Amino acid sequence: MEKKFICIRCPQGCEITTTLDGLGAITDITGNSCKLGIDYVKSELSDPRRTITTTVAVTGGELPLCPVWSEKPIPKDRVMEAAAVIRPITVAAPVDINQVICENILGTGINIISSRAITKGGQ
Amino acid sequence: MKKIYDVVVIGAGPAGLSAAIEAKKSGAGDVLIIERNNEPGGILLQCIHNGFGSVIFKKDLPGPAYAWNFIEQARSLNVEMVFDTMVVDITGGRKIYASNSVEGFIELDAKAIVLAMGCRERTRAQIMAPGDRPAGVFTAGMVQRLVNIEGYMPGKNFVILGSGDIGMIMARRLTLEGAKVIKIIELLPYLTGLRRNYVQCLQDFGIPLELSTTIKRITGKKRVEAVETVGVDETLTPIAGTERVIACDSLILSVGLVPENELSRKAGVVLDPLTLGPVVDETMATNVPGIFAAGNVVTIYDLVDYVSMAGATAGISAAKFAAGAPVSPPAFTLTPGDGVRTVMPQKITGLSGPDASVLVELRASREFAGRVSVNILEDENIVYSHVEKYARPAEMITLKINWNETAKKLSNNKSGLKVNIAKI
Amino acid sequence: MRTNYDVIIIGSGIVGSLTARYLSAYDINILVVEKESDVGMNTSSANSAIIHSGYDPAPNTLKAAMNSLGNRLWHTLAPELGIAFKESGSYVVAIGAGELPVLRGLYERGIANSIPGLKIINKAEFLTREPLINPDVSGALWAPTAAVIDPFGAVLAAAENAVVNGAEYLFETEFTGFISGGDKITGIKTTRGDFSCKWVVNSAGIHSGEIAKKAGTRKDFIITPRKGSYLVFDPVKLSINNVLFPVPTDKGKGTLVSTTTHGNVMIGPNNEPCENMDDSATTRAGVEEVLKGAKKLVPSIDQKNVIAMYAGIRASGNAGRDFVIDIPVEIKGLVNLCGIESPGFASAPAIALKVVELLKSAGFELKEKPGWIPVRKPAPHLHTLSLKERAELTAKNPAYGRIVCRCEEITEGEIIDAMRSPVPARTYDGIKRRTWLGTGRCQGSFDMPRVIQIMAREMGIPETEVTKKGGGSEIVFRKTKEVPAR
Repeated sequence: MEKKFICIRCPQGCEITTTLDGLGAITDITGNSCKLGIDYVKSELSDPRRTITTTVAVTGGELPLCPVWSEKPIPKDRVMEAAAVIRPITVAAPVDINQVICENILGTGINIISSRAITKGGQ
Repeated sequence: MKKIYDVVVIGAGPAGLSAAIEAKKSGAGDVLIIERNNEPGGILLQCIHNGFGSVIFKKDLPGPAYAWNFIEQARSLNVEMVFDTMVVDITGGRKIYASNSVEGFIELDAKAIVLAMGCRERTRAQIMAPGDRPAGVFTAGMVQRLVNIEGYMPGKNFVILGSGDIGMIMARRLTLEGAKVIKIIELLPYLTGLRRNYVQCLQDFGIPLELSTTIKRITGKKRVEAVETVGVDETLTPIAGTERVIACDSLILSVGLVPENELSRKAGVVLDPLTLGPVVDETMATNVPGIFAAGNVVTIYDLVDYVSMAGATAGISAAKFAAGAPVSPPAFTLTPGDGVRTVMPQKITGLSGPDASVLVELRASREFAGRVSVNILEDENIVYSHVEKYARPAEMITLKINWNETAKKLSNNKSGLKVNIAKI
Repeated sequence: MRTNYDVIIIGSGIVGSLTARYLSAYDINILVVEKESDVGMNTSSANSAIIHSGYDPAPNTLKAAMNSLGNRLWHTLAPELGIAFKESGSYVVAIGAGELPVLRGLYERGIANSIPGLKIINKAEFLTREPLINPDVSGALWAPTAAVIDPFGAVLAAAENAVVNGAEYLFETEFTGFISGGDKITGIKTTRGDFSCKWVVNSAGIHSGEIAKKAGTRKDFIITPRKGSYLVFDPVKLSINNVLFPVPTDKGKGTLVSTTTHGNVMIGPNNEPCENMDDSATTRAGVEEVLKGAKKLVPSIDQKNVIAMYAGIRASGNAGRDFVIDIPVEIKGLVNLCGIESPGFASAPAIALKVVELLKSAGFELKEKPGWIPVRKPAPHLHTLSLKERAELTAKNPAYGRIVCRCEEITEGEIIDAMRSPVPARTYDGIKRRTWLGTGRCQGSFDMPRVIQIMAREMGIPETEVTKKGGGSEIVFRKTKEVPAR
C-alpha cells in the first residue's frame, strides 16, 4: 500500500511517498530530500504531532493578549482540545518570555509557554 | 533625539532590527530606528505561529520569539528606537522628516539610511472583486493584527480568497479561536503559499481548498451576507455555470504583498518594475549614495531568516558608508531570463567580503515540476549553476554565490548577466 | 427633542443639504431627515465629481437653466464653504474623423445655453494639452468653466454650514409617510417618530419618485435607477490633469477620464440597470465596460493600478428627461425635487435657491436672520500643508503628529476633528470620507484597527459597537478571549 505525505519539517515541503506492507510497516520511502522527511513520515504514521500556537488574555498589561505555544509538539488529534483548555486562561502582567502559562497540558508532559514578554501598563 | 545620526533605519521589523544591530557592531556610533508601531518587531509580533528561524537559529520559533532575539540585542547595543513615529519625507541628501505626538514634527540628518519599511497587502480593488461594499471584507494581515494583538474577532463565518501563507495561517488561527472557516479559494491552479501550511493549517482542520476559483460578487448592504464564487479556466476567465453562493459574514483577502516604497520614491531611489522594490547591489546599496534597503521593501521574501540576513548586510554597508568608506560602483547587472520572474540584487559590485559572497534571491515565473538548474549566464556561457529539485513561483530560490569563483568564468568582460531556470 | 419644524427636508444629499444651507439664512426651524448614517451617502458621493459647464442639456429645459446658473454659483460657493474645487475646465474629445462633427453640434448647443468660453481646438493643439490621449484624436471641445469638486466634501460643507446656522440633522431616520390635514401636508412619519411642519422638501434622490407619489403627486413619474461604476487609480502610477469626456451618445455622456481634487485619476461611469432601488453593487462586466470606455480616450490605462472601485446610482426620471422642481398643485406644503440626475451636482446650488424662491412665491414668510454665517472653514488636511505649516500645527496639537493612515498620512488629530465637527463622523466610512483616510493604496488595512480604537474612545462605546456605515455594519463582534470578568 502507498501513502503520500507532504513533509512539514521545513519550508521546502517535500512530497514523500511511502510504501507499507500488509502489517503497516514501511518498506520504502521516496521523495524526501533529507533525514527529517523520514522522521516525519514515521511520526505521522505512529504518533502525529503538531506545535500549537495561540494566545491567552492578559490583565494589567500594555497589550490585552499574550502569544503562547507548546514548547514541543503535542498529539495532533488533541490540538482542538488543547485550544479549548488554553482559551479561558488569563495571566497577570508582567509576563516574561518563555514563562510557563499552562503546565503539562492535557497530561502530555508538555508545557504551554509565552513567546514574548508583556510589560505592565495601559489597559 | 539627536539632530544627526550615523545610521538611521526606517522600520523596526526583522530587516530594520538586523540592520541597526550590525551597523552598531560595525562601529557606527549613533544608530536610530524610527518605527511607526508602538514597539519593535514589525509584523513578526502578529505572526504568533511557529516556523521562523530554521536557517539562522536552526529552530522552529513563533514570530514574537524570533523577533525577541533581535529586540534584546538591539537594546543591549544601545540602538536608539523611537516609536509611534512616521517618516513622511526623505531627501536624496539624507534629511529625514518625521512626525509623532511627543516630539511633534521632527527633522534630522543621517550619514547613512537603511530603508526597511516592509510591505503592504494587496487589496480588494487590485483583484477587482466586484459587488457591494459592506463591512466584513478584510485583508489577512489586518485580521491577524485584530485577532492576535488587538484581541478582536472580526467575524464568525469566513471565506478566504487566496492560498497565500497568511491566508492559510489565519484559517487555522480563526478555527482555534472558535470561528468557522468555510473554505479557501484560489484563482490560480496551484497553491500560492508553502505546502507545509496547506498540511498543518488546512488539511489538519478539514478546511477545503478550491483551486481555479475566484469571487464573482460580494453581497451585503451593511455586513457581508454572502460571496458568489465562480470557477476559472486556464486563462483565468470565469466559466459560466460554475457560480456558487456561499453564505458568510466575512471575506478575507490573502492575495499577495507589495513592497512599500513611497519614501524610497521621495528620496529618488530607482525601483525595479518587477520586484516593485529598490534596485540594489549585493551590499544592499540603492542608486542614491548612502541610502540602503533591505527586507520586504526590496522584494517579497518567504523566510524571515533571509530578511534578517539582508538587513545585516545593509547595516554593515550603511556603517561603512557613514564612516566615509569609498563606494564601489556596481560592475554587473543581473536581469531575469527565461523562467525567472524577479531577481534581487539587480546589480553586483563583486567586491565585498573575503570570498565576495553574494546572496541572490529569485522567483520562478512558472511551475517547473522536475529538477531544474538555476544558471547565471554571460550571453550563452553559464558562469554559475545550481540544481534545485523543482521551481515554483510560490517559493523563493536563494543562491549563495562565491563571486570570486564565478567572476573567473567571465570571459567577454560583459557587464550584463542573465539568470534563467532550465529543466534538467 | 423638538418635533415641530417650519421646514423638513427629506434626504441629505447635495440638493437637500444645500437647500438646508440656503434656508438657514432665514429665521425658521429646519430639520433634515436621512435614512443613512451620514450625509450624502448615495448618489451625491458616488458620481463623476464634475461641475459641468452646461453645454450638454437641451436648450430651454430646467436642466440647462439650473446647470449654467449652478456652475456660476459653485465658483464662489466652493471657496465660501471651504470645498476642494479645481477649476480644471473640461474637454469633449473626438476620436477619429467620424466623431469630429459632433463637437460642432455640442458647441452650438452650448452657445444656445449661453455657456462662456467654449472653443473647438484641433488635434495638434490638443496633443500638447494631453499627451496621454489616444493618438487618433481628431479634435476637442474646450469648456473652461467646468470644474472638479470633492463631492462628499461639498455635501458635508453645506450640511455643516446649515448646522452652524441652526439647522438640525437626524440620521438613520427613514421617512415612512406623510401626515396631512385636509388639502395640506402637516408633517411626516419616520422610523424615529412623527414630526410636524409647514413645508416638506422632497429631495430624496432615487427615492424622490416614491415619496412624491405618497403625497398623491406626480402619479406618472417613475425613477428607473441606473448604476454607473467608477475606478480610482494610484496617483503615482497614472497622472492625467484634465477632464476628458468622449463624444456623447443617446445613452449619456459616456465614460470619462478625470482627475479628482485629491490628485487621483478616476474613470467611469458606465450605465447599467439596477436590480433594485438600492443596488449599487459593481459587476465584472460593468468594470470591464468602464475600462474599455476609458481606454478609448487614454489607451495606457492599466487595471493593475486601480486602488478603489464603486458604483453610484442615477436618479433617472421620466419627466421628458428633465428635472422636476415644483410645488405640486394637488396638495399644499410640499416641494418636489425629483429626477435630479446629471448634471444634478452642478445644478444643486441653483436648485436650492429655486426652492427658496418657490417657498417665497407660495407665501411662506422668510425673514432674513441676523448673524447668518455664510462662510465655513474646513478642518486642516495635514498632508496638503507645507512641512513648516505641519510643524506649527503639530506644536499646537500633538494629535496632529500621530499619523494613523500611512498612505494618505492622516493623523489622529484629523480623525478627532472629523468626530467633533458640526456634522460629526459616527462611522468608519464617515471618517474616511471626511479625512481621506484609508483611501490610498492599502485601502485601510493598516489604519482600521487603530481607527476602531480611536472611535471607541471618542464615542465612549466598546469597539464591538464601532460600525463601518451605521447599525448592522459592525466591524468586530467579540473579543478574541471572551473571558468572564472575575
